[in-house]
Amino acid sequence: MKPRYSFGGDEHVFVEFGEEMSLEGFFASMSLTNAIRDSRIRGVTEICPANATLLVKYDPDVISPADMMGEIRQLETAAEKTEPVLRTRIIEMPVYYNDPWTHETLMRFRDRHQAPDATDLEYSAKISGYDDVSSFIGAHAGSPWFVSAVGFVAGLPFMYQMVERPLQIDVPKYLRPRLDTPRLTVGHGGCFGCVYSVRGAGGYQMFGVTPMPIYDPRQELNYLRDFMIFFKPGDIVKFKPVGREEYDDTVRRVDANNFEPLIRQVTFNLEDFHKAPTACNQALEGILHDR
Amino acid sequence: MTVNVLQPGLSTTVQDLGRPGFYHVGIPLSGGMDRYALIAANLLVGNDDGDAVLETTFLGPELQFLEDALVAVTGADLPPLVDGVEQPVWEAFSIKAGQVLSFDYLRSGARSYIAIAGGIDVPLALGSRSTYALGGLGGYQGRALKAGDMLSVGPAKRPAGPGRGIGPELHPPLPTVTELRMLPGLYWHRMTDEAAANFFEDVWKLAPEADRIGGRFRGGRSPKLVDRPQPFGAGSNPSNITDACYPYGSIQIPGCLEPIVLHRDAVSVGGYFMVGTVISADMDLIGQLPPNAKTRFVKVDMEQALEARRAYRRRLDRLRASLS
Repeated sequence: MKPRYSFGGDEHVFVEFGEEMSLEGFFASMSLTNAIRDSRIRGVTEICPANATLLVKYDPDVISPADMMGEIRQLETAAEKTEPVLRTRIIEMPVYYNDPWTHETLMRFRDRHQAPDATDLEYSAKISGYDDVSSFIGAHAGSPWFVSAVGFVAGLPFMYQMVERPLQIDVPKYLRPRLDTPRLTVGHGGCFGCVYSVRGAGGYQMFGVTPMPIYDPRQELNYLRDFMIFFKPGDIVKFKPVGREEYDDTVRRVDANNFEPLIRQVTFNLEDFHKAPTACNQALEGILHDR
Repeated sequence: MTVNVLQPGLSTTVQDLGRPGFYHVGIPLSGGMDRYALIAANLLVGNDDGDAVLETTFLGPELQFLEDALVAVTGADLPPLVDGVEQPVWEAFSIKAGQVLSFDYLRSGARSYIAIAGGIDVPLALGSRSTYALGGLGGYQGRALKAGDMLSVGPAKRPAGPGRGIGPELHPPLPTVTELRMLPGLYWHRMTDEAAANFFEDVWKLAPEADRIGGRFRGGRSPKLVDRPQPFGAGSNPSNITDACYPYGSIQIPGCLEPIVLHRDAVSVGGYFMVGTVISADMDLIGQLPPNAKTRFVKVDMEQALEARRAYRRRLDRLRASLS
């Protein structure tokens, strides 16, 4: 994959691995990210992979823009030859789909939606060719997702589902953005899933909520004590549909600070995945549940 | 030392020189929008460059000082008043215990920096005292000031006294039509040649709701884009791209309507094409644009961008020399 380079003013180098979203583009961005981090090029202040792009911020008083781009190009040639293998973690995230809070919110902003007479789930299921909402939820929770970027606002994960392209959920965003989205809403726009880390405006379709906070600026939650943001690019997420009872129970455990997310270390090989996506995903799920 | 916030002003936040290193997880740099003015205010009262100050927008706060203090106000022309008596901007002045610092109406610019000798003492969050309000992080309880807040100020670091000032030759200019120099790039190629020419020809006006995240500019012609099938994942609008990381100062044009320039509290990732980036030397200027400020984008190349950066540095060096 031939990347495209551009300067973002005098302080940024921007790299795009293809115009479209793809696992290859995401992997190329991740391996170049790791190569730049390991190389410790002087002057670099931020290394930000996002989906199929990468942004490097640097201090032009320390390294000239031309030298900075030259260093990155060299690393890219080397990174291209490394195996597309990612050592990462898989996380189970409980989701209460079709919950009352996102439902109340989506009803308030129906005038901004393509389908004012349907819910976001009904609309998304229909245009994705599913018979009903429950089979759509089945697909959403059935295969794991890569965290392909973390951002927009603090700690918000963009997620890309680990299925072949014809199975990708691809739904438009709201016609006009909502002014409100409940905190921890599980949303979807274009080919990307997301979890809203904080309450706020948003344009993604709303499918449910997770009881598991992913951003804690006070760093009081036991699993966010070391760092206030839960996700990092490259994480793998498996959604687990839960009902009201388990949702409420998990919220109680979070409030009592004795909830621990289920996390396992895994190695993901993109070539193995392309050979047999379903088997690869089943193996990941096996590791998650110690089977 | 404590300062009692009687009135918060329109939007007043604690800021320093920012929080680099966490943009990859969506936490922006933050920090003063006009860094030159922030540094100047600190130097006037004997602080370090990056001590925490108050950044106030359009309408200043009312602050009661519970002890004697040395204060300086820089940036916009927002005249400070001590118990109603006007004080100079860009010059250190004394406040006695019990006196109230308030502000007259804004005469020009948009943001003022209020430095107090010793610096505002709020807890460090990820290495910085800057407020990132969208994420409820840093500053005073992660938000803009409210009436009744009590601000702590640290001990003075080095001797400094009232009357020390910065001459007008070292105040940044606040022109009537602002020229923002930008380096075309990123997704510049998405625009037709005609749209690209129009972009530089038109005079734009900053929309009033501009904030620390970014500012939207109105009044110019909407750009036409080169036709293409939308790439997978990009979304259906021609202005959509597969969501990418946004540089600070990058200029995006959602819906091909009005350009938005991202600033210190930038949203880090999004799906709108960008036509280029405002150069680092002109970022401070954006922080001083009042609502409806007339603005033109001026095309520069990298060499010009770096020369502008060197000129900015030289001005900072002269500022430092004038105060040492």
